[in-house]
Amino acid sequence: MRVHLYERAFLWLGAAMLIVFGITLIITSTAMGIHLPGNVQRLDPAQVREIPPFDEPGVRQIGENRYEVVLIGFAWAFQPREIRIPAGSEVTFIATSTDVIHGLHVQGSRVNMMLIPGQVARNTYRFDKPGTYQMVCHEFCGSGHHIMAGEVIVQ
Amino acid sequence: MKGASVVHDPTGYQIPPSQRRVLAWTIYVGYAALAAGVAHGLAQALSYAGINILQYFPFLKSYYQGLTAHGVANALIMTFAFSNGFLPLLTARALSRPMKSGLVWGSFVLLLAGNVLTAYAVVTNQASVLYTSYAPLQAHWTYYTGLVLVVLSTYVAAVSMWIALKGWRREHPGARIPLLAFICVVSYTMWCLASVGIAVSFIGFLIPWSVGWLEFVDPLLNRTLFWFTGHAIVYAWLLPAYISWYALLPRQVEGKLVSDPLTRVVFIMFLLLSIPTGFHHQYTDPGISTGMKAMHAVLTFGVFYPSLATAFTVVAGLEIGGRNRGGTGLLGWIPKLPWGDPSVVAQVLAMFTFVFGGITGLINASYSINQVIHNTAWIPGHFHMTVGSAVALTFMGVAYWLIPYLTDRELWGRKLAVLQGWMYTVGVLVMARGLISAGLSGVPRRTFFAEAVYRDSIEGARLSGVLTGIGGTLMTVSAVLFFVVIGMTVLVGRKGGGPRDIPAAETLTGPATGGWELKLDRIGWWVVAAVVLILIAYGPFLLTYLPPNLVSPGYRFF
Repeated sequence: MRVHLYERAFLWLGAAMLIVFGITLIITSTAMGIHLPGNVQRLDPAQVREIPPFDEPGVRQIGENRYEVVLIGFAWAFQPREIRIPAGSEVTFIATSTDVIHGLHVQGSRVNMMLIPGQVARNTYRFDKPGTYQMVCHEFCGSGHHIMAGEVIVQ
Repeated sequence: MKGASVVHDPTGYQIPPSQRRVLAWTIYVGYAALAAGVAHGLAQALSYAGINILQYFPFLKSYYQGLTAHGVANALIMTFAFSNGFLPLLTARALSRPMKSGLVWGSFVLLLAGNVLTAYAVVTNQASVLYTSYAPLQAHWTYYTGLVLVVLSTYVAAVSMWIALKGWRREHPGARIPLLAFICVVSYTMWCLASVGIAVSFIGFLIPWSVGWLEFVDPLLNRTLFWFTGHAIVYAWLLPAYISWYALLPRQVEGKLVSDPLTRVVFIMFLLLSIPTGFHHQYTDPGISTGMKAMHAVLTFGVFYPSLATAFTVVAGLEIGGRNRGGTGLLGWIPKLPWGDPSVVAQVLAMFTFVFGGITGLINASYSINQVIHNTAWIPGHFHMTVGSAVALTFMGVAYWLIPYLTDRELWGRKLAVLQGWMYTVGVLVMARGLISAGLSGVPRRTFFAEAVYRDSIEGARLSGVLTGIGGTLMTVSAVLFFVVIGMTVLVGRKGGGPRDIPAAETLTGPATGGWELKLDRIGWWVVAAVVLILIAYGPFLLTYLPPNLVSPGYRFF
């Protein structure tokens, strides 16, 4: 195929750029340990409050500087609403929804996951900087969507 | 392989007036949907600025009803109605043969019926689920059924193009498919394949569920089926704009399309790669393994590639035009472009905004980085620079020659129309700047931010909200100008003053008459290859995921 020299150069440059970006992503998700939520478990959203660990939603310490937050989203609140942890804690969020799809985003962090009825979402993040972080539902979940929020308080 | 021939047809074929009228009305439905949706856009932009103007929309029950109307009308109806008219019109012109009248009518009637059903559900607040229609929020059955009819209307339009192409090939054995027809047909063929996900979701699950035949649905499966279609749908909206940039705009600036073969390769790449990328919308979803997500990330980087090639080709087409018009030096061709032609202005500026749309899209697709911006206001910032300008502004620019062509009336208010393109561009860039920074500071998307409980607790949200409001207002005023210009053209434009022909560009490097490039025209084989890629991308997930996790009854939280 006849492709003009400039265009050929442009396309190679573009390919090189994409490859560099791709390598960066591989580094972030392996060496830097930035993971996405993956496949955890299925459950029945109607039974959530009887199924461990969701029978006891809340924050608990599971090791030195390590915490686990078991969180339930429903229209239109999070339980727990307030999460208090010391600075430098590594926090694992385990979350689900009892009704429609909700979202969980802790502002200024990469705690960002979908709460899908029937599925358990799980991800880990270390909160280093003290402060109050807004925890908002970021998936449309009905007419009260904008009042569904909470706070992560890092002390 | 024996050599192929190339058919040159400079005659400027005119589609029969009866079909032209129906196609014109199909396109009008699109612009009407644009008008209906844009009105709500203003309320949404101002909401980010903390201004609530919902009381001026007395027929709205909630912000989210307006948001649903905005998304459905502008993203789903406007785009497909325009394409249903535009692509068959171009295909007929490129092949110098009419469409089947029954199919042209059938497509129009289905589109209209679908609109009526969906509009009924949205207007009566029985479908405030937003255009993504995520179960288990449950809309009235008329909403899903109406959208299925709209999709069927696109199938009928596609069939009319396939039949026309088949007839042409029978009469021109061994000839290369005319480029304009090729890219139109490939675009809608890709869409037909892409729509399988939404068709299975709506027909197989959501419609039976909304009428009560099915008690429970699987939220994750329906979401996955939506995004099977949902990324490629964006390309289905975008490709008609690309078609204009590649094959028409060069003619409007007295330039040429640089390369016929590369253009075909680009569109075939879209056919192959648009669909097996859907998981990049679900990076933060539970229930999908990270391995599958990573595979879709790679494929999404792949589908960025043809857009990269497009960036070169379409700008080169403009450069040729600028130089033909007396431009010299490295950038001297830019001021020589016909900046007084509103159709050119709108489309060139749409391309410019798409540079930022493309870059932000690449960031969205970037696996781990996605967690920073997923479902924040960044996302509407991104897609208003893609669908909201690259597509919408191009469709407005095309209207400035297409409506005069279809009605044979001279464009009314050229200067106003030029101003419109500039104003829209400034508006969308300011708004996107606002939304993007809002997203980075943690403002969620799809949220009635003016009333959100955390509105004052998010640092930086105030300035970005004000920018969003100003930009959105400029866009709305610009859209009003557009409808004034088009309305006046249709009503009082000078009769007999429309262009005689579609601005079809010539190519610098024509199609090959031998070698492997002839295989590009074997569209059926490329469809098979696309299906194989889809099976690789979705097969392992479906095999390990199925049977569906039918657990959710319907909720009507609106």
